Amino acid sequence: MKANLNVLFDAQGPRGRRLTLIFNVVGLLLAAAVIWWLLATLADRGQLSWSRWSFAFTANAWENFYLPGLVSTLKAALVSIVTSVAFGLLFGMGRLAPNALVRAVCTVIVEFFRAVPVLLMMIFFWLWIGFLDVVPPSDLPFLAVVLGLTFYNGSVIAELVRSGVHQLPKGQSEAGLAVGLTHGQVLRSIQLPQALVAMLPSMLSQFVVILKDTALGIIITYPELLDSARRLGSANSMLQSLLIAAVVFIVINFVLTSAANWLSGYLSSRTSGRTKIPVGPGVGAPEKAA
Amino acid sequence: MSFLDRYASVLSQYDVLGAFWVNIQLTFWAAIGSFVLGCLLALMRISPIASLRGFGATYVQLLRNTPLTILMFIAVLGVWTQLQIKLSGDFQQNFFNFAVVALSLYHAAFVCEAIRSGVNTVPVGQAEAARAIGLSFLPSARLIIFPQALRGSITPLGNTLIALTKNTTVATAASVAEASGLMKTMIEFNSDIVIAIFLTFAMCFVVIVIPMGLITTWASRKWAVKR
Repeated sequence: MKANLNVLFDAQGPRGRRLTLIFNVVGLLLAAAVIWWLLATLADRGQLSWSRWSFAFTANAWENFYLPGLVSTLKAALVSIVTSVAFGLLFGMGRLAPNALVRAVCTVIVEFFRAVPVLLMMIFFWLWIGFLDVVPPSDLPFLAVVLGLTFYNGSVIAELVRSGVHQLPKGQSEAGLAVGLTHGQVLRSIQLPQALVAMLPSMLSQFVVILKDTALGIIITYPELLDSARRLGSANSMLQSLLIAAVVFIVINFVLTSAANWLSGYLSSRTSGRTKIPVGPGVGAPEKAA
Repeated sequence: MSFLDRYASVLSQYDVLGAFWVNIQLTFWAAIGSFVLGCLLALMRISPIASLRGFGATYVQLLRNTPLTILMFIAVLGVWTQLQIKLSGDFQQNFFNFAVVALSLYHAAFVCEAIRSGVNTVPVGQAEAARAIGLSFLPSARLIIFPQALRGSITPLGNTLIALTKNTTVATAASVAEASGLMKTMIEFNSDIVIAIFLTFAMCFVVIVIPMGLITTWASRKWAVKR
């Protein structure tokens, strides 16, 4: 924020400050009007009365709905994070391999999975593995969620690994080669450790994407947080129950996003790679960290 | 019956192109909606007015940390079913409109961030030079900063559009009849050619999305501000 402030306007004089103050008040009034309008619409339809919210603040709601849902969400997210990172490292290194065939195969796989919507993959794995009948039906949605998230986010991380290595100063690999290391040794012991540190913030923001996308699991009957909120809401009050689930997601993701931003600043003095986080939306952004 | 005959007969039973047409329409309207809202938010976030900056920042934080799926459910189960707010008299059109609104609200946060990151690519010297020749905030923003910032934000904007295209599949959560829902139906009734059906839908997305990425890269190079 501070950086653009300097770009766009100068330190203001008395007239500028007066104008800013006036607009500030107008802006506050506008924001207040928007919020008031939202609340008034809700109140008009009787949505703000305590009886419509009280169900969510009982032990039953949390013990039997929100917390088990959150546990499933976190379980799917954590497993997917581990598998995505493994997939990403493997294929990221594959895309940097000296062998042209290996490179080509890895490129096709990574580009394919980045272009296909996560939801499409989840539905496919869910039905396909179901027909194959190799896992118990109760594990099926979980497995499909993890596989869908792994192939997509793993490919994004592979891209991060590749661009992370490319953004290192050339002297790093040249120095490695000069002391007699092979191409693979340079990649593993010189480039990857530095690239990984540099890409840590982007990786964290990719974890936010993974956590958000676990909510797609509701479509393939995975009993995650959104699904518990929907079941609880259908017995009580839907809108309120969904809003509370949204708040839980926002809080967790906000912490992760803030950590990523802090880390980005903290690490920038500790690696020769670039730690900047690429801008990109949740479900399905090809985060080209170029 | 050979595999190819079977595949062809299944494809002819369903309107695959029609389903993708719905995704493309969702993309088109949500792209317009999110671009307009995102530009407004970006203007707020870079203005000298603290209250507008706070409002824009809060919006971005809230929306980009909420799963799109929840927004779809809030729109259809909360706003439509519970609050009885309709966006269209037509039953199908109503779901479509809700999906467009949810997609626009969600992606506006990313459009805002994309434009803001474009503004960050403009060197301070440009703004200083603008002020030095006597331009005030709005003229310098309009004539000097924004033309360069927009060119710098082509890549993140293109990535947002690609993500939006893929995210239109989530509209199935808002009961819109689109590609992912059709794929599910087709697989359920034709379990013998699951992989072929999946690859068909996946390749359709590849064919839409990869050219978008190539155009984005080409455009960002063509219009890059040489420094």
